[in-house]
Amino acid sequence: MDNIFILTLILAGYLFVIGYLGYCGYRKTKTTLDYLVAGRSIHPYIMALSYGATFISTSAIVGFGGTAAFFGMGLLWLTFLNIFVGIAIAFIVFGKRTRHIGHNLDAHTFPELLSKRFQSPFIQGFGGLIIFLLMPLYSAAVLIGAARFLEATFTIDYNMALLIYTLIICAYVLAGGLKGVMYTDAFQGSIMLIGMTLLLIFSYTKLGGVTVAHQALTQLSAQVPEKLASLGHTGWTSMPKLGSNFWWTLVSTIVMGVGIGVLAQPQLAVRFMTVKSSKELNRAVLIGGIFILMMTGVAFTVGALSNVYFFNHPEFGKISLLAAGGNIDKIIPIYVNSAMPVWFVYIFMLTLLAAAMSTTSSHFHTMGTSVGRDLFDRYILKGKKGSYSVPITRVGIVVGVLITVLLGYKLPGSIIAIATAIFFGLCASVFLPAFIGALFFKGMTKTAAISSMLVGFLGTAFWLFFIHQKESAALGLCQFIFNKPTLVGYPWVVVDQIFVILPLSALTAIIVSLFTKKLPREHINDCFKHVK
Amino acid sequence: LGIKDPQIWLAYLLCVLSTLFCIIYGMVNWNKG
Repeated sequence: MDNIFILTLILAGYLFVIGYLGYCGYRKTKTTLDYLVAGRSIHPYIMALSYGATFISTSAIVGFGGTAAFFGMGLLWLTFLNIFVGIAIAFIVFGKRTRHIGHNLDAHTFPELLSKRFQSPFIQGFGGLIIFLLMPLYSAAVLIGAARFLEATFTIDYNMALLIYTLIICAYVLAGGLKGVMYTDAFQGSIMLIGMTLLLIFSYTKLGGVTVAHQALTQLSAQVPEKLASLGHTGWTSMPKLGSNFWWTLVSTIVMGVGIGVLAQPQLAVRFMTVKSSKELNRAVLIGGIFILMMTGVAFTVGALSNVYFFNHPEFGKISLLAAGGNIDKIIPIYVNSAMPVWFVYIFMLTLLAAAMSTTSSHFHTMGTSVGRDLFDRYILKGKKGSYSVPITRVGIVVGVLITVLLGYKLPGSIIAIATAIFFGLCASVFLPAFIGALFFKGMTKTAAISSMLVGFLGTAFWLFFIHQKESAALGLCQFIFNKPTLVGYPWVVVDQIFVILPLSALTAIIVSLFTKKLPREHINDCFKHVK
Repeated sequence: LGIKDPQIWLAYLLCVLSTLFCIIYGMVNWNKG
């Protein structure tokens, strides 16, 4: 890094703008009338980028960008699901009903929505507990992505980088709360859009143009290490061999786990409930689609193309994975620092800071509300309004941050995409059948919702501890009890739980609904009032 | 464009088509709701 002083100035300017926008948001929400008017006149660009910037984090850019350098352009299937499922279906099909039913039931959090829809306090407590205890895994992945880039850019110790990043984000979340989050998110989303557009243009220019770059990447297939080829790797511009270890990992864990799991993300679903009209959801689809294409589409394409840069560069002379010393999470940071002009490294630094802050602020807030609203308000105050729930929420945020940082220090290398996929897959298996039932099936019963959530949670835990070899071997419980790393053979050891546990959870919801007591008709009518 | 695997091309095509769908849906329903 040539000039730390200039970067520090840019960083200070960025943080000043964030502070100013937070203050603007605070000023505009002083009265209920202001709140309503601001809500009606808020620009859809802000709404869409707020959602997009929360959805896309350093996990997508650094973690999954590095994963694309490892697996190749097959990750573009995830980009397709991110746009079609994560934006089109999420906004058009799920968003409008979530907003209406959330408003009808006066729900403030995702577990509260499910709890009130199925008249079950257990669902709110169980959902809140899962979010509070397991969301730090995803948050840690986001933090690691940011810290890895800081480490490569400033050449400072990774642990120090993690601490600096956490302190900046923690100060922002605790001081700012929810005020102005949409404005700051939109600003951060705009920076991300500029940064990723420039990254795509520079990468193709550096490699001689689109066709030349792709041809060079295709020709690199001869450089696939023998070990990876034996697992099904066929090169970076083709899918892995059908049914191979690599194919199952790419398709079931990376593409399906994250692509479907996005529908049941608590921090994203709750945003539909804070939108003031369905008109904004319609408008946000347009901007959100373009935003996600430019985020994940660019990250995955550039990640794969980084192999050409590293292989042709005299200093490296090898593929991305080897150039990064075997740590996938370091590929994008090393690539940007090595291949891009210094001024762009500054821009990209802000891009990642923005991506991390906009996502992590929502995570920390969701963790806090899961303690303050879903556990404390529901079980201690029994739904009564009290003055203790906000301090408890803040305590929840601080504890959530501490768990996240601890995981950031303890998690191994090449973990970002895996940790993200585990959390997304878990949310899908635990929440998605109950969420779909809550929005679309009036006949789904309370017992069915609870049963499907328990099957999803226990099934996922069983799969991670005893079946999916990557996690079961690392966790060691299966080895301890049965003296072997996994209970089953190929291909189940590489099939993600979302292929088995999610269908099982959905089937449980359907079967139990057929044989258990329906919810009162008046309650169902209240839930679906104004829902078309 | 230097890519031979039809599965990768299909992914590219679906990315573009789904983005176009989002753009058209947003434009058609801009004032609805």
